[in-house]
Amino acid sequence: MTILKATDIGISFGGVKAVDGVSFSVSPGQILSIIGPNGAGKTTLFNIVSGIYAANRGTIHLADEDVTGLAPHKLAARGLSRTFQNLQIFQRMTACENVMVGRHLREKCSLLPALFRTPSVTRQNRETRAAALDLLAYVGLKDVADVPAGSLPYGACKRLEIARSLAAEPRVLLLDEPAAGCNAVETEEIDHLIRQVADRGVAVVLVEHDMKLVMKISDRILVLERGRPLAEGTPREVRDDPKVLEAYLGQHGAREAARA
Amino acid sequence: MGALTNQRFLILAVLAVVIAVLPFVFPSSYYFRVASLVWVSALAAIGLNILMGQAGQVSLGHAAFFGIGAYAVAIGPAHLGIPPWAALLIGAALSAVLAYLVGRPILRLKGHYLAIATLGLGVLVALVISTESGWTGGPDGMPVERLILFGWRVSGSYTWYWVTGALLLVGTWIALNLDETPTGRAFRALHDSEVAAQVVGVDVARFKLQAFVIAAVYASIAGSALAFMNGFINPDQAGFLHSVELVTIVVLGGLGSIVGSIVGAAVLVTLPQALTIFHEYEHLMLGLIIIVSMIFMRNGIVPSVSGLFLRRARS
Repeated sequence: MTILKATDIGISFGGVKAVDGVSFSVSPGQILSIIGPNGAGKTTLFNIVSGIYAANRGTIHLADEDVTGLAPHKLAARGLSRTFQNLQIFQRMTACENVMVGRHLREKCSLLPALFRTPSVTRQNRETRAAALDLLAYVGLKDVADVPAGSLPYGACKRLEIARSLAAEPRVLLLDEPAAGCNAVETEEIDHLIRQVADRGVAVVLVEHDMKLVMKISDRILVLERGRPLAEGTPREVRDDPKVLEAYLGQHGAREAARA
Repeated sequence: MGALTNQRFLILAVLAVVIAVLPFVFPSSYYFRVASLVWVSALAAIGLNILMGQAGQVSLGHAAFFGIGAYAVAIGPAHLGIPPWAALLIGAALSAVLAYLVGRPILRLKGHYLAIATLGLGVLVALVISTESGWTGGPDGMPVERLILFGWRVSGSYTWYWVTGALLLVGTWIALNLDETPTGRAFRALHDSEVAAQVVGVDVARFKLQAFVIAAVYASIAGSALAFMNGFINPDQAGFLHSVELVTIVVLGGLGSIVGSIVGAAVLVTLPQALTIFHEYEHLMLGLIIIVSMIFMRNGIVPSVSGLFLRRARS
């Protein structure tokens, strides 16, 4: 069963084909990693799938519904959530408020009750905060719940973004380099976290440069090079693929690796 | 949560006490008048602060809505026979509708571009007011009928002190309410990162528009109150300089701080009165004080001072 399916995606910026004929699909509980050298089009692909860019061609289906070209907030309402490579934290809000914003779609949000703070607003606030605190505990940030997010260390912000994206209870989660800039211990924590999320039945699409992490947790891997799909398969298949070695290490490097 | 609710009550309680106690120290009716001006400016600034400080969208034409509110209560009773109190509500509704219609296209713009677009709106409204002299009295302005509420004729600087003070309390209460709701959080979220707000499901265009409409209604009601209080209105109230004054109050007091908008209004309204001792150097001194306070209190008066106290308390 497929939950997210992208077919023949392509986008050009000026004359550059940033993404060109890429297809992939992912099922609930599955972790699909997208890897490739810098500039391969991984983040661009994420931006298309999450509705931030409009693709020149191709279609995206979410749970059998054609969602091509929908705005990000509408995709979010259909169960797609993501994190960002360059942190997009709400700096001036507390960690807890960040996650509370993640619950936006689960909250009733009418203006008049908000202006006059009816009891229902207060009650909902309490529920949202409780849910947010649970998620913060889940990613190990409960102690800093009321600290402004802007003053949290980098690794904590990475986990905060994951907690915020989970708060929407997504069916598909796109993670853009969740371990980038994290030390070995932090990477380990994020590794566990992603596995747990997938085990809950969320389809995870991961862009990551940490090959140890990718090889360990991925069910499938899609390799991109200069916007085009290069290879796809299980971690083992991809690791042994000479084309992949060549893309990463060059021809000479690939010969060396083959001899080793 | 408990702490935040308490903070909300504390702010309202302090404000209520200040409004109640000031009359005991005021030596003349002139002081009541100046204080009423502070309350009215603060009301308009609080609305603008929801737009600028919380939702992060600039408006350089906000006096337009202030002017619409003011002229609604002038024109409504004089030309159309509408009761003054109803004219206030109609003015607020007109401002909301105009903000909605104009906001939809221009809130797609960001930063400087949005500033110029809102500036254009402000100039346009001011122009209409000063040229349609058959309705508005043109550049000379026009008189405003007294507000009559349930047979009570609201007049005199003493009475208006209490009426504007009550309006400010209600406006503050509503703004504080809004802050800790899904809507308030959506405002602050799209301020910090629009793209992140979108991907968690915040309809950014809708919430920007809401903030713009709320700010317009605040300004409109403040404008109506000033017109009633003065009994006279002229196009300056809708003009560019007044827009700049409102933005200055918000930034000086502290972007995003509701209390800041009240403090900012108090400073910007009373300072020129105090600086009259400098005679012809009055405006020079005013400008200098604003520049210096922005250099040393970059986040505005209230956030800077409260930050200082928090650091002291911790160490």
